[in-house]
Amino acid sequence: MSAATTPTTAITYREAMREAIREALVRDERVFLMGEDVGRYGGCYAVSLGLLEEFGPERIRDTPLSESAFVGAGIGAALGGMRPIVEIMTVNFSMLALDQIVNNAAALLYMSGGQFNVPLVIRMTTGAGRQVAAQHSHSLEAWYAHVPGLRVLSPATIDDARRMLWPSVCDPDPVIIFEHGQLYNARGELTEDPVTDITSAAIRRRGEDVTIVAFGGTLGPALEASEQLAAQGIEAEVIDLRSLRPLDSETFLASVGRTHRAVVVDEGWRTGSVSAEVAARITEEAFYDLDAPVTRVCSAEVPMPYAKHLEEAALPQPDKVVAAVRQLGG
Amino acid sequence: MSDEHGLHLLRQMLRIRRFEERCVELYSRSAIRGFLHLAIGEEACAVGVTEALAPDDAVVATYREHGHALARGISMREIMAELEGKLEGSSKGRGGSMHIFDAVARFYGGNAIVGGGIPLAVGLALADHLQGRRRITACFFGDGAVAEGEFHESMNLAALWHLPVLFCCENNLYAMGTALERAQSETDLSLKAASYRVPSWNVDGMDVVAVEEAARRAGEVVRDGGGPHFLELRTYRFRAHSMYDPDRYRDKAEIERWKERDPIPALTADLGAAGILAEGDLDRLEKEVEAEVDDAVAFADAGTDEDVSDLERYVMSEPRPGAT
Repeated sequence: MSAATTPTTAITYREAMREAIREALVRDERVFLMGEDVGRYGGCYAVSLGLLEEFGPERIRDTPLSESAFVGAGIGAALGGMRPIVEIMTVNFSMLALDQIVNNAAALLYMSGGQFNVPLVIRMTTGAGRQVAAQHSHSLEAWYAHVPGLRVLSPATIDDARRMLWPSVCDPDPVIIFEHGQLYNARGELTEDPVTDITSAAIRRRGEDVTIVAFGGTLGPALEASEQLAAQGIEAEVIDLRSLRPLDSETFLASVGRTHRAVVVDEGWRTGSVSAEVAARITEEAFYDLDAPVTRVCSAEVPMPYAKHLEEAALPQPDKVVAAVRQLGG
Repeated sequence: MSDEHGLHLLRQMLRIRRFEERCVELYSRSAIRGFLHLAIGEEACAVGVTEALAPDDAVVATYREHGHALARGISMREIMAELEGKLEGSSKGRGGSMHIFDAVARFYGGNAIVGGGIPLAVGLALADHLQGRRRITACFFGDGAVAEGEFHESMNLAALWHLPVLFCCENNLYAMGTALERAQSETDLSLKAASYRVPSWNVDGMDVVAVEEAARRAGEVVRDGGGPHFLELRTYRFRAHSMYDPDRYRDKAEIERWKERDPIPALTADLGAAGILAEGDLDRLEKEVEAEVDDAVAFADAGTDEDVSDLERYVMSEPRPGAT
């Protein structure tokens, strides 16, 4: 795209997220950001670049490498009346804070008989595609989506990167936001009248022949596959889940009711994945609408390899989605 | 120490002791189930520290927290109802013995993951720091927690950010069944906190007056912006770790030696010698405490089971008018 045709309002996913954080910091003085290298370094993916200079070290807090302590401190600060946004570098590192997220953030309201809600936002990078191998590439959204007491969001578009944070900050309960590492450089325009809730799925492409359900990093491959399918005369409807917990079943069930075929695309491992949950719900609630079994396209069940060709082979690529759709027949 | 205050300390320790003794009876008749961890022998720690706190300070405690909750002023009725799993309980019966919470008392559990409450205390103190409030958070944990990574991460963070936390380590010498020297390369736990540049003291945790004095002095410094402080309260639990524990890992003679240092008879003797506790006062106190325990049990027994249709309530917040 030449400079002359670049829309002036186009921003990257990274910039959209940064604007969202800035908005939260401006609108609510209880909001602060903390995490590893969010301040002076500017964020390991440069999301928070410049925020330290604008808001100062009390509100943009660099933490030591101690995920359990700073996530737990975020929970405690939320209990104490603040509205923390905690950044964890990658989902793989969040395992070090899993105790705090599952045993405290998710459980405190229930365990206390409704007395202590935890208005905390945790942002973390997820996903593969950058050759960073088996300890920086996984998609463990399903682990979090499994846990009652959490909201789990997966903004896949520039709009959602820009608009899902503020309602998350305002939410009285813990919200986990997964940002796919491959999306940070994605560029696009903000739409005038976007969906801004943090509960519903969105239809990103209309079609009558098959429903493709995707989220986060798989929305792009799903849309790309749908264009290839269109060239072959198959019109796919592409659903972006947006929220993985709660899961908006109605949107994809209604779509399957129209198309009678479903392919679920998930960068997580197939076993026990978000795609497994979606497929189960379609089977439970829309079985008689189906003209073919629900099909899934997931990552290979391997720790993510480093070598480029192996990593590509492990991931749900558009051609695999196309092949899966074509195998449904009809 | 005023006469009145001395009697108050004794009363608070007796309330905890008699409450927990009654818990054993209730456990035997199955009114209380699940895990039940008693702090009999350790009452001076909960009472001494709590006395040094202001009403709007926060407390984060462990799963052995009946004493902290009682000392903090949560009603005995609500605690007993919680142990019996009743709707009238402090956590509506959702938590049980290990998860007592109270928003009014700023009592943040009742945390049953060893070490898991410590980061919460750091965060509560961070909130106070950011909002410019002059209050402190007292964080109780045991010697077992000192082996957890969360202890070390939290100690570092609190010291680095100079946060108003009073760390209170109740060192009862056993992490469940594992003796301190079998679990810690350095058994002087105050040295571990000191290595994070957190001012630290060893305190006789069987002496309620010593605990209160240490907590008061440390607490004032913390409140005045002196950063986190650490008290190692050296104490002992007279009973087993929980109702499931056959207590095979301790020497019976060791238990008996510690019982000679029981904080309740010790304070009783001191108050008697000082002429504060007159003839008949202890009996009267015991009767009052017994009546309170009886009342709490009656309240809990008469409590209601929550309707099963409410099972999924409080997984997520309910809309609250005017909430922001």
